[in-house]
Amino acid sequence: MADVALKGVTRSFGDKRAVDGLDLHIADGEFVVLLGPTGAGKTTTLRLIAGLEKPDAGTVEIGGRPMNGESAAGRDVAFVFQQYSLYPHLTVYENLAFPLRSPARRMDKASLDARVRQVAKMVRIDHKLENRSTRLSGGEMQRVAIGRALVRRPSIYLMDEPLSSLDAKLRGELRLELKRIQKELGATLLYVTHDQIEAMTMADRIGILAEGRLVQIGTPREIYANPANLHVAARLGQPHINLMPADLLPGVAAPAGTRTIGARTEHLEISRARQGSAGLGPDGNAEVDWIEHLGDQNHLHIKVGGHKLVTLADPDLPVEAGDRISVRLKQPLYFGGDGQRLA
Amino acid sequence: MSSAKSAATATASSAHSVVEPSPTSKRVAGAIVILYALITLVPLVWIFLTSIKSPPDSISYPPKILFTPSLEGYCNLFTTRTRQTPDYIAALPPPSGVCDAVTRERNMVIAGASNFLPRFANSLIIAFGSTFLAVSLGTLAAYGFSRFKVPLADDLLFFILSTRMMPPIAVAIPIYLMYRQLGLSDTALGMMLLYTAVNVSLAVWLLKGFIDEIPREYEEAAMIDGYTRLQAFFKVVLPQATTGIAATAIFCLIFAWNEYAFASLLTSGSAQTAPPFIPTIIGEGGQDWPAVAAGTTIFLVPILVFTILLRKQLLRGITFGAVRK
Repeated sequence: MADVALKGVTRSFGDKRAVDGLDLHIADGEFVVLLGPTGAGKTTTLRLIAGLEKPDAGTVEIGGRPMNGESAAGRDVAFVFQQYSLYPHLTVYENLAFPLRSPARRMDKASLDARVRQVAKMVRIDHKLENRSTRLSGGEMQRVAIGRALVRRPSIYLMDEPLSSLDAKLRGELRLELKRIQKELGATLLYVTHDQIEAMTMADRIGILAEGRLVQIGTPREIYANPANLHVAARLGQPHINLMPADLLPGVAAPAGTRTIGARTEHLEISRARQGSAGLGPDGNAEVDWIEHLGDQNHLHIKVGGHKLVTLADPDLPVEAGDRISVRLKQPLYFGGDGQRLA
Repeated sequence: MSSAKSAATATASSAHSVVEPSPTSKRVAGAIVILYALITLVPLVWIFLTSIKSPPDSISYPPKILFTPSLEGYCNLFTTRTRQTPDYIAALPPPSGVCDAVTRERNMVIAGASNFLPRFANSLIIAFGSTFLAVSLGTLAAYGFSRFKVPLADDLLFFILSTRMMPPIAVAIPIYLMYRQLGLSDTALGMMLLYTAVNVSLAVWLLKGFIDEIPREYEEAAMIDGYTRLQAFFKVVLPQATTGIAATAIFCLIFAWNEYAFASLLTSGSAQTAPPFIPTIIGEGGQDWPAVAAGTTIFLVPILVFTILLRKQLLRGITFGAVRK
């Protein structure tokens, strides 16, 4: 395992800058998740580290060694692709053994066999080693794909949305397994996803990418609680963060220059309005538009003036659609006119 | 990347829209296929039947449906014969084989082997050799066009295709003169090069389609796993392109095997292939139709065997896309 550093890495396709002056350091044994929407440059970043793309500017260093001009085979990285992950003409065993049989490694038969079986057990596919890789379920395929990366001890594991093609239940299981395996191995891992739950649950640090730039990097807690700007705030939180004009709700003294207030569930205080109150003022400034029942909690859709807010509510909260309620802010996030966080 | 993803989802959703045909439509389709097969088989059956007729039966009118089978055609195909007097034949020791006996009935004796076997061997060498060359070169070129940024790739591909737009025989005279100068006339090498040149354009275009379908992630994965591009090509791309290679090989082989015009123009002696040779089989007092038919029947066998051997690969080609990639 080794640390990986990107220094001012830029890569353009045509006149579009897929990755734009990216600086990123991944410490030895660290699990870093890059989070961003489609087209943010996540996959390109991985491919640049793997040597599948050449940077137009900047350097990639693995274990302190600059990788410019080094081929993909010479970089000692492992890559898990989003799809097309297994060689369809090989069995599970042969797929797992493929990296070890490469001319760069040439492992002897006995230790290769031991290694393949050990990893197969680790990703829980040891009962299907002789199966054709096309005769597996989606979850099994992805486990083999991860296993094919794990048979090696590369300087870094690169994973490109490895769980995105799976159903929710499998995704949850593999998420846990992957985190467990990474901890066991002490592996350096750079993981790319657009799924905020994967990012929050697995990452030591999350990097938020937008338009090829690293907007913010920090622990999941930091990114969630202290977003640097509107973009980062909007990436995390379920339901989506509510953005509203500074004077919409009472309860705060917004700092000068505040254009937008961002409020998640924990920033909203809801209480039932007293009977007869007219709607304006602290008692009954909002109306419940409708309620989505999720079982353990409810999504409360609220109308304030012309604005709609969504928040989580205790299912026991005695409100119904059409009820008047009062909503107050509690230490929300303030953003200036340029979208940067003020406080 | 993202366009590849959306394309994959699009094919996945349409893959289930196949409607199971009703039993009636299956029967109708089956009947049409059988009828078509019968119609296309008639000439082949005719040739085979002619090959086992005696020369008088083969030209009798109306054609004989029922006749006594004879091996005379096959005997005449493989041998040359000389006419002798009945007294001379009567004085010979008993015939040593079927052909010996058949020949003597016509007051002839076998003088030696005909040129059919060497001509047939020429056909095998030239057709399989040129197919191997065309498919090998075509696979490499198609891979290059598919994976690398080749300058003027579209123009080059069009140029390659344009060589098919004119009937090859239109350049017969220049090629004839060129081959004379280069000493390639009537050589197996010359014929192989010629058929390779004609086939390689087809091979490049067909194989490029197949290789484009193989996601480049496979090679990238292999290269990250410690293989060079060439090793990844052999270990990962080739095994997945077998279907396309098999189909391309059959097309190339059929062309090279059946080619008549260039073969009759450029070969006459040692490198002559079977197609120009077979019609020159002349019996006594006219064309020896059973021998010609026998030559044609034997000539069909290699293509038949080759196609049957590769049938599995071809069938897999049809169902390949249905498997989750």
